[in-house]
Amino acid sequence: MTYITKPRLHHPQLAANDLGYKRRDYEGSVSTLCAGCGHDSISAAIIQACYELALPPHRIAKLSGIGCSSKTPDYFLSASHGFNTVHGRMPSVLTGANLANRDLIYLGVSGDGDSASIGFGQFAHSVRRGVNMTYIVENNGVYGLTKGQFSATSDRGSKSKKGVINHDSGIDLAAMALQLGATFVARSFSGDKSQLVPLIKAAITHKGAAFIDVLSPCVQFNNHTGSTKSYDHVREHNEAVNRLDVIPARKPILADYEPGVTLAVKQHDGSILNLHKIHGGYDPSDRAQAMAFLNQRQAAGEIVTGLLYVDPDANDLHDALGTIDKPLNMLADAELTPGAAALAKLNASLR
Amino acid sequence: MQPLERVNDFVVKFANVNGSGSASANGLFAKSILRMGVPVAARNIFPSNIQGLPTWYEVRVTEAGRLGRRGGVDLMVAMNPQTWDKDVAEIEPGGYLFYDSTKPMPVTKFRPDITVIGVPLTQMCNARYSVPRERQLFKNIIYVGALAALLDIELEVIETLLAEQFAGKDRLIKANYEALHMGRDYALEHLVSLRLKVRRADKVGDRIYVEGNSAAALGAVYGGATVCAWYPITPSTSLAEAFTGFCQDYRIDQETGKTRYAIVQAEDEIASIGVVVGAGWNGARAFTCTSGPGISLMQEFIGLSYFAEIPAVIFDVQRGGPSTGMPTRTQQSDIMSAAYASHGDTKHVLLLPKDPGECFEFGAQAFDLSDRLQTTIFVMLDLDIGMNEWLTEPFVWDDARKLDRGKIMDYEMLESGREFGRYLDVDGDGIPYRTYPGAHPTKGAYFTRGTSRNPYARYSEEGAVYVDNMERLLRKFETAKSLVPQPVRKDAKRATRTGVIYYGSTTPAMDEALDVLEAQGKQVNALRVRAFPFPDAVFDFIAEHDRVFVVEQNRDGQLRSLVINEGGVDPARLPAVLHYDGTPITARFIAGAIAAQMDAAPMNASQGVSVTEAAE
Repeated sequence: MTYITKPRLHHPQLAANDLGYKRRDYEGSVSTLCAGCGHDSISAAIIQACYELALPPHRIAKLSGIGCSSKTPDYFLSASHGFNTVHGRMPSVLTGANLANRDLIYLGVSGDGDSASIGFGQFAHSVRRGVNMTYIVENNGVYGLTKGQFSATSDRGSKSKKGVINHDSGIDLAAMALQLGATFVARSFSGDKSQLVPLIKAAITHKGAAFIDVLSPCVQFNNHTGSTKSYDHVREHNEAVNRLDVIPARKPILADYEPGVTLAVKQHDGSILNLHKIHGGYDPSDRAQAMAFLNQRQAAGEIVTGLLYVDPDANDLHDALGTIDKPLNMLADAELTPGAAALAKLNASLR
Repeated sequence: MQPLERVNDFVVKFANVNGSGSASANGLFAKSILRMGVPVAARNIFPSNIQGLPTWYEVRVTEAGRLGRRGGVDLMVAMNPQTWDKDVAEIEPGGYLFYDSTKPMPVTKFRPDITVIGVPLTQMCNARYSVPRERQLFKNIIYVGALAALLDIELEVIETLLAEQFAGKDRLIKANYEALHMGRDYALEHLVSLRLKVRRADKVGDRIYVEGNSAAALGAVYGGATVCAWYPITPSTSLAEAFTGFCQDYRIDQETGKTRYAIVQAEDEIASIGVVVGAGWNGARAFTCTSGPGISLMQEFIGLSYFAEIPAVIFDVQRGGPSTGMPTRTQQSDIMSAAYASHGDTKHVLLLPKDPGECFEFGAQAFDLSDRLQTTIFVMLDLDIGMNEWLTEPFVWDDARKLDRGKIMDYEMLESGREFGRYLDVDGDGIPYRTYPGAHPTKGAYFTRGTSRNPYARYSEEGAVYVDNMERLLRKFETAKSLVPQPVRKDAKRATRTGVIYYGSTTPAMDEALDVLEAQGKQVNALRVRAFPFPDAVFDFIAEHDRVFVVEQNRDGQLRSLVINEGGVDPARLPAVLHYDGTPITARFIAGAIAAQMDAAPMNASQGVSVTEAAE
């Protein structure tokens, strides 16, 4: 369906954001995914988040691997450079891109096959390195493009469309991200835009490895009774721990929440995450508690969503490496090449 | 049997136990001869092991400047009981055996046709040192002292080297001097000087002594590489480590103390090349270094780099394959898998340096080529060049030299209304323009993918669109022929219809073999190939000759296959001369193999008999 081009016309009453961009400026090509696919809702949430944050679209780089989810970067942010890389290898490509130019915003989009199977290693290592990125897994528990095989996030005991029962343990990527040292971990549901959009905004404003596991039902191959990734199942078992408002650094703080109910987390860039607690004792600044809570609720068959963990003072890979502020791809010859005199000196030391 | 009598022209081989600290003493021995103005060619022959297995260090003392491996040993320093029999057997008739005589050896363990020199090294060490590690380390320095006396190596030269090595650590300098003198004094007192002599000369000139891996890493610094992602693998590890060292020397921002580079030790080779491709896509010069197994793992990304046209540089320090093969032995056996890496129709540019000097030059040039051609450039080292110190011309850099970033459409060009199609060939060389991400708010953004697409980077599986693109990639490869280093030709003294093609670390042995053949009255024109794709000059050379030997260090004649495949050359005209036992090829082997074939079929060009050597 890529031959269908969207009209560029903007409705005159569409509101522009602070930078003068309208929502349409953040859109992409027409989706070629199935009607009702959860992934399209996630694309819409990404568009909404970037629009609300008033990000210049061309300063975002969107990268993906291979699979249904990885096709989606074509369907949002058409003014951004995009890179549909190799199956399971988006994290390394994004890492390299980020090293080359630290000034862009990096959005990595992946799926459960891409990140929990073939790319499990790269997912893990990019997270533990603290690459400054927003890493979204569009998690449907199934291989869609190859028509319905189980993925590694399918829960043990869940049933495929063909009636096969999955006998392998499912991988919980959010729990993994917590263990691996991600400094921002969230889970959401493609059917809950009001929860997802603020989480994406918060992840983008976060400095460091921000990971969001988004349950995204596959209407073709994993939306039946017996699936634990169907719309019905996720809605029934969704246990949100909090609700989030993201207030960008330059916005005045208007809302005044009652203490004890709302936790205000200030991030590196000055943005504020206002976390409205739903689950009484849940503390998203405690990694160990978050991991324990996730395990307990999972054992009870619940799917915990919301902002699970955030370290607002996190450092990223560039901090660890001590890289210069100027993007490496902007360095001029004189900043790179030591020159003939230095070489003569070196030659002398090799005799 | 008369003992060998040679001045500045002999081979010394040290047989040691890995991990005994011998490497630094042996290096000291080689460098002291260099400092006396006599060229040396030194090679480590070591196991895939940290401690305990046999390791050898071979030093060819060569006033004539023969930097290839000669073959044969004139003086064996046998310090490893495990390999005694083999080591003794390797000595040339009339040669010398130097050994630790602490423990008496039965007479059957020696040979009647060699001169045996015993020094009670262990006994001397045990008498002088009480700490076990000192006993082990100083034993090495003691034998260097004894050898210096036996071969007339100037002691002051060794002392100067030790002082440089341990600058600021006076206690260590003193201790080493003492051990050195112990060895020397013993030799002067108890032994007769050998008829192998080192005599001061002036044949080193301003040449430098350096490893290829280090030179290639320096080339990467000068070539403007800012991102390095790598995974440890012998024999390429020291390249990444050298790059790290040079960056710390040359690439720290004076004002902030921050780095103008980013080095990531990745989780594997796939991630390494992934990081390189990501950085290259985003406009930074990036490389990885690896060896054969890494190339196998990187195949998919190399195909992406080829098809999506993303600059990348891979230093492949080749070792013995296939599979894990011989990790610490040398070969030129990744040529084929690099040239056609990845599934589908692909071809890649290979640079083939002959020594550390060219490792530096090609190392820098690779980044210009990868930006210009927007694809992966391989720099094909091997263990022999990469991990051994070679005498090579000093590194040269012209300060007027500009880094060639290739075809970049920047903000101004986009703003001026230039048409941008990411895969659009605007001037016939097959190379399209690219934009850096974030360059312009409304123009120049495109979607990069490994799937087929039209010139404007839009997904397309239309046959004609696909074929056009594949043809353009071939045009680009054609363009590469004129950009890569051209072959170097060396003609025989008299006109001849016999030629030889060779490349890489084979070069010094080949140069020497050509002289040997010349002395036998055998005229051979030589062409050293320095890159793939092969420039026309390669096929012109073949056309001029009835028969062209192709000399390589692999079993299957991989470069020969490339020549046949790319040039449609009759295989019968290209007899293969192949050495692949993991040791560096020798002049003796090459000259012997070529002479045998020339004698067997002096006039008949159509007999393509291959000569191979399975093991020494």
